[in-house]
Amino acid sequence: MNTMQNSDPAPAREFDDLLAKLKEAQRRYGYVSQEFMAETASSLQIPISEVYGVTTFYSFLSTRPLGRHVIRICKSIPCYLKHAEMIIDSVSHVIGIRPGETTSDGKFSFELTNCIGACDMAPAMLLNRQVHGHLTPEKIAEILSACK
Amino acid sequence: MPEKKILLKHCGAIDPRNIQTYIDRGGFSAWRKARNQMTCEAVVAEIKDSGLRGRGGAGFPCGVKWELARNESADEKFLICNADEGEVGAFKDRHLLSHDPFTLIEGMAIAAYAIGVRRAFIYLRAEYHHLLENLKNALVQAEQHGFLADLTIEVHEGAGAYICGEESALMDSLEGKRGEARFRPPFPPSQGLWGKPTIINNVETLATIPHIIANGAAWFAQIGTEKSKGTKLFSISGDVANPGVYELVLGSSLKELVVDLAGAEKVKWVQVGGATGGIVPFSVIATPLAYETVLGSGAVMVFDETREVLDFVYRTVTFLAEESCGKCTPCREGTEAMLQIVERLARGDGQAEDIQALEELSETMMLSSLCGLGQAAAIPVLDTIRYFRNDYETRIKQAVFLRSLRHRF
Repeated sequence: MNTMQNSDPAPAREFDDLLAKLKEAQRRYGYVSQEFMAETASSLQIPISEVYGVTTFYSFLSTRPLGRHVIRICKSIPCYLKHAEMIIDSVSHVIGIRPGETTSDGKFSFELTNCIGACDMAPAMLLNRQVHGHLTPEKIAEILSACK
Repeated sequence: MPEKKILLKHCGAIDPRNIQTYIDRGGFSAWRKARNQMTCEAVVAEIKDSGLRGRGGAGFPCGVKWELARNESADEKFLICNADEGEVGAFKDRHLLSHDPFTLIEGMAIAAYAIGVRRAFIYLRAEYHHLLENLKNALVQAEQHGFLADLTIEVHEGAGAYICGEESALMDSLEGKRGEARFRPPFPPSQGLWGKPTIINNVETLATIPHIIANGAAWFAQIGTEKSKGTKLFSISGDVANPGVYELVLGSSLKELVVDLAGAEKVKWVQVGGATGGIVPFSVIATPLAYETVLGSGAVMVFDETREVLDFVYRTVTFLAEESCGKCTPCREGTEAMLQIVERLARGDGQAEDIQALEELSETMMLSSLCGLGQAAAIPVLDTIRYFRNDYETRIKQAVFLRSLRHRF
């Protein structure tokens, strides 16, 4: 156990905080590109596999471009019990894509997510970073048509 | 035992965007008392004597943990508030953060004083970005009022990963890495964030601190049961009429929460503690909510008689397999193997040996996984086998029969 600890590299401090850089790229460009990963790896002098490993670990980091609006429907049990499947179908119906896809005009990305802590408002979703709860197909149509 | 509002007493009564409304109700008087009338050691002793245990799920005695970090000699120590509330069905920390961020800040300031910390973090899950502005506003106001004179509290946002609620994975994530569980020892109070002594407490644990300091350990210790002191927040969802956050004295019965308060009817079973929480069938719904029985993080999901046990188990194991960090083999491979079996059971294609296979797999995962995720992943599986074995066996018998028909015709 101790050998394992000792063989770990010295703990990183903020100035080379990889995750912070990746979150910033996600915020600024809407995704973490291969070019960005390569540049970050060389500027921090770490293997590109490490950068890729961190990027793909987190569900709010994406390696492909996301749409201007990201829809994340909660698929966890409390929302499932309140008919999240119906909400998933109605989103598909309104924007014409399945979970995991982005519309060809780059307007919407559609994702499923694990519990977002809005179980008292199930079924719920995150639209970009805002929570919408007590969803119905009618409400979905209304919310999505308000997106520019 | 009734509902009792200690943690929730300011929720709805103060304006979470205005610190003055909190101060007007006695806010920061516990912080003042700790700083002016008590030594650091006395604060730690008070928390120890109160019997407060961690509210995030693991239930470790809070004062004991603080004392370990307090006694470490290091040039720097850290305090982390775990606001990565990713447990399925949990939203009590969200409730506190939205309605009363000030009690948490006061609790952190007291903890920092007691442990000897000058730099603290709040690790907020990415899904709670909508709470960030409110929280930052509360921190700025606390600073302007001089409550954070010798302490900085930084809010650090996660990036979407259930496992980061596990304290060692959380620290790796804070350091900018993949959020993977660490080998222990060393434990965080001696070597945590960046290798320094670190205390990690849940939002609710820290928000309890000001109440203990203000009213005394003896006051707190007379609430609850022998091993479970104080009140606890519960977030209840699923097949109930009134989902939401409730605060109950520890030791209250699950029935009181589920039936009397949340208005559930025709309950088949309840899961207490989130995805890896224990299963309580309706026949024993009077079970007390306490560390001695079932508790976890206080996430309570209710399932009525229309629900299928295997559908629930399949969805739960799917979640755990997705969220396993992948570092240790028993959890990474175990959750996947478990999912394969549970998936074919749910689909109606199970085999006679499947129950035994699940039990054997469970034993390995519980014994040898690196962190709580893999160790506890088997709990909902084993509990449902224990209480609803008939549901499993019926599915298997049907599957065997249907397969035999396929061969015959």
